[in-house]
Amino acid sequence: MERKLTCIVCPLGCELVVTIEDNNVIKVCGNTCKRGEVYAKNECTCPKRTVTSTAMCDNGSLVSVKTDSPIPKEKIYECMQIINSVTVKLPVAVGDIIVKDVFGSNIVATQNRS
Amino acid sequence: MRDLVIIGGGPAGMSAAITARESGIQDILILERDGQLGGILQQCIHNGFGLHKFGEELTGPEYAWKYEKKVKELGIEYKLNTMVLDITKDRVITATNSSDGIFELKAKAIILAMGCRERSKGALNIAGTRPAGIYSAGTAQKYVNTMGYLPGKNVVILGSGDIGLIMARRMTLEGAKVRAVCEIMSYSGGLARNIEQCLNDFDIPLKLEHTVVEIHGKERLEGVTIAKVDKNRKPILDTCEYIPCDTLLLSVGLIPENELSKKADVDISSITNGAIVDQDRQTSCEGIFACGNVLHVHDLVDFVSQEAELAGKAAAEYIKQGKKQTIEIAIKTDGKIRYTVPQVITDSKDVTLFFRVSDIYKNAKICVSDGDKQILSKHRPKLAPGEMESITLKGEQICGAKELYLSLEVQ
Ligand SMILES: Cc1cc2nc3c(=O)[nH]c(=O)nc-3n(C[C@H](O)[C@H](O)[C@H](O)COP(=O)(O)OP(=O)(O)OC[C@H]3O[C@@H](n4cnc5c(N)ncnc54)[C@H](O)[C@@H]3O)c2cc1C
Ligand code: SF4
Repeated sequence: MERKLTCIVCPLGCELVVTIEDNNVIKVCGNTCKRGEVYAKNECTCPKRTVTSTAMCDNGSLVSVKTDSPIPKEKIYECMQIINSVTVKLPVAVGDIIVKDVFGSNIVATQNRS
Repeated sequence: MRDLVIIGGGPAGMSAAITARESGIQDILILERDGQLGGILQQCIHNGFGLHKFGEELTGPEYAWKYEKKVKELGIEYKLNTMVLDITKDRVITATNSSDGIFELKAKAIILAMGCRERSKGALNIAGTRPAGIYSAGTAQKYVNTMGYLPGKNVVILGSGDIGLIMARRMTLEGAKVRAVCEIMSYSGGLARNIEQCLNDFDIPLKLEHTVVEIHGKERLEGVTIAKVDKNRKPILDTCEYIPCDTLLLSVGLIPENELSKKADVDISSITNGAIVDQDRQTSCEGIFACGNVLHVHDLVDFVSQEAELAGKAAAEYIKQGKKQTIEIAIKTDGKIRYTVPQVITDSKDVTLFFRVSDIYKNAKICVSDGDKQILSKHRPKLAPGEMESITLKGEQICGAKELYLSLEVQ
């Protein structure tokens, strides 16, 4: 079976053609670099995404946050619920962990707030 | 008299300041009207920044922080909450803030880095009422990402530029239902990766060759009528479809913010809406440089930073040595290539020309010629208006040229 994908790893957006046999990726074409091949393999087995959002701080302001590595795509909404239920204690700096161990990743701050 | 004043503390302004300092200029001042450095990046909380520049995928605020940190380490002076009101040809700047009141500065060199604003024109041509609930995509982004306010629950987006696509995902994640993204052209103006991860991931339909033809609702938006368009982009009336919604986001493009540049009589290109510049990003006014989105709209901040480095370095040289123009080569394009930046070359060193095309072209050859003489040609499998392209010319290739002509040969 062939599957067409758009690589989302970088802005080039290469169009990939993946050949799948017995649930195994046996060939990837159309990628410009190695990262495209890795993306195609993951996308066909366990698609993952980085989630970015904002979290509420204890003074009512917002701080932007992200998962520090991609999480399984089907967990995005659950991840959003976790982000929306926390209150961040100020001050907070870029890279500070807000919530640990969220679907194999951590929620970290991407802004400084004091 | 100040050596270098930079207007705007976004990625362009900060990057230009850092390079100017590294090129030996001590006296630098950044004027920023916002309460923090970082510019538009502070509201672009999604990731995808910095892959070219840093080889890692950063969010907008993280990318800005890398530069802000450097600005602070180098002790570069900046004034926040300071709005520049006027600049003149002889580089006198009038600005205002609450502690200094209105003040004047004279600078040996100025770098314009004011960024861009959103076009709102798209809305004006639509029939119907003007109820609440219609926002530009960037304004909605500001509301959601900096104030935590969700503009609505049922959304239609007009225009498929990157900001619209990013906002489709953002509002979906925050609990809104995005009914459709309508794009009048037959292709999206946004990056393929954003179509994939912002629309396809969430099953949001992208309706190409569709536009909004009527707005409904008295006080609050109640719905829009959309229709397919024909080859001439005129709506086909029997394809009309009513979509109930409480929010319409307009993502119909960005336009450089050049009110100030015009006050200084800087020559503006009618195509980019930014200044006409040479390879050093010097404008038609001596000692005034421009970089970033104020010069031409960039899709990638990485290229903004790169361009700002050129401007910062050149401004530093200008402050130390004054103007040293050796040649003047104009660059013209064939229309398939809409514009180049720079538009003129005044020094015979290696130069990279950045450009955009006017349509989608497959299997095309980019040709650079000087009169009858072809200087360079490069093959590209695909060119699209949404993606900025570049081509580099060697100093010896342009040496002696009168006028460069950039054209596209399509098979
Ligand atoms: C919504 C959106 C999403 C984007 N997504 C991506 C992406 O995913 N990946 C990517 O690489 N790039 C992305 N970009 C592009 C990138 O963010 C921009 O190209 C970059 O921020 C432009 O930098 P700049 O410094 O030229 O302008 P800005 O960041 O706009 O900075 C200009 C600064 O000048 C200040 N200013 C303006 N006028 C005055 C005045 N009169 N006095 C004082 N200060 C003034 C403003 O307050 C602002 O801080 C996105 C852009 C937008 C708008
Ligand atoms: S294959 Fe490589 S170059 Fe192409 S989009 Fe993916 S990461 Fe970018």
